[in-house]
Amino acid sequence: MEDKKAKVHVKNLKKSFGKLEVLKDISIDIEEGEVVVLLGPSGSGKSTFLRCLNQLETATEGTIIVDGEDVTDKHTDINKLRENIGMVFQHFNLFPHKTVLGNIMLAPVELKKMTKEQAEETGMKLLKRVGMDTKADAYPSQISGGQKQRVAIARALAMNPDIMLFDEPTSALDPEMVGEVLAVMKKLASEGMTMVVVTHEIGFAREVADRIVFMDGGYIVEQGKPEEIINNPKEERTIDFLNKVL
Amino acid sequence: MILIIEKYSSMLLGALGKTVLLTLLSLIFAMVVGMIFALMNVGKNRILNCIGTIYVDAVRGVPLIVLAYFIFFGVPQGIKSLGFQDFRLTALQAGTIALAMNCGAYMAEIIRAGIESVDKGQMEASRSLGLSYGKSMRKVVLPQAIRTMIPSIINQFIITLKDTSILSVIGFPELTNIGKTISGNTFKSLQTWAIVGVMYMVVIITLSRIAKRIERRMNRGR
Repeated sequence: MEDKKAKVHVKNLKKSFGKLEVLKDISIDIEEGEVVVLLGPSGSGKSTFLRCLNQLETATEGTIIVDGEDVTDKHTDINKLRENIGMVFQHFNLFPHKTVLGNIMLAPVELKKMTKEQAEETGMKLLKRVGMDTKADAYPSQISGGQKQRVAIARALAMNPDIMLFDEPTSALDPEMVGEVLAVMKKLASEGMTMVVVTHEIGFAREVADRIVFMDGGYIVEQGKPEEIINNPKEERTIDFLNKVL
Repeated sequence: MILIIEKYSSMLLGALGKTVLLTLLSLIFAMVVGMIFALMNVGKNRILNCIGTIYVDAVRGVPLIVLAYFIFFGVPQGIKSLGFQDFRLTALQAGTIALAMNCGAYMAEIIRAGIESVDKGQMEASRSLGLSYGKSMRKVVLPQAIRTMIPSIINQFIITLKDTSILSVIGFPELTNIGKTISGNTFKSLQTWAIVGVMYMVVIITLSRIAKRIERRMNRGR
């Protein structure tokens, strides 16, 4: 099933680093408002796939169309396109020389989307949304990991994207902080955000995902509704993986 | 000693002023040169990488005194032979160019190392928000790189100030050159060079104290 109108349309995507072929042949369509969770053992290419979607990695071969624009085309204004694709990283990557609010205001102000005052107002609203408004003037070094990740989510939302990519957003967190970040993501999903999430949180996948995509060895091995994949996996590699993590 | 100070103080202070002038001029140009070549080196463009590497290697591979002779005597001769008979370089111009080229090569390495010390995730996060490479560099990477670069830049500042003494060979009337004149006139080498040494020391220690204070102030904002 090929769907040119999908929010994200990926066809025969391949990605190599030197001689190492990380993505071998990936085709997938993601609909507007869909929450897709990528599962799979480490080295299966999940993160690389995610990073290809906003061209943090350039695809070696294949087509990626996001919002109707060909990401792999050299003539596409990738900076413009990235404004519509928020990304949240495993290690937060907050800007340490800026305050929490400063982190959020940077892109809207620099890209002339908002005046300083508007950005400040929007920033505070976003911080309230992730429950971090009381820490607006703190520096990233002064807040906890879970708080950093919530700020990072707010920062990614500042450009008002319609797709959010999450690259193992809870993997670098202490266990007691995972919940607060997942709660924010859950809220985002319920508001209709299109989300692609790489995670090891099976509980989150089961509860929030519209579809689980299981990857291994650079291929999509199996995909479907969470209950199908988690309760009745068909492929041996999926069964194997789930046995290890559940 | 007191006699020398009395008789030559204005000459010595004037020379010190010239030394500081030459240092500051060279440093300003070296910062620009260093920034340009550092950015060439950290980028992904192979050709620019290559140009940057050649520059740094070439300049670091030549002693400053040779570079100074080359620019002061060699370059004007070459340009004259091309038909520009009126071409001249003053000792200050040639000295500034030589020092700026030399210091620029080291500065390029300092800036490159500073940029590379910033976590790659910073650039990625900034790019993922839609900021261009240049904007990400200016607004996200460089402000962080500068903090780690400050101690090395101060160090380079001091080295450059001391290197100005080498330019006495092309006749620029900086402190060491004037020291030579005074010791030649008075035959009091011990006293003259002790005075000159102390003058360098006072300036350098003062500057490094001021720089330390700036460094501390910048780190406080973290």
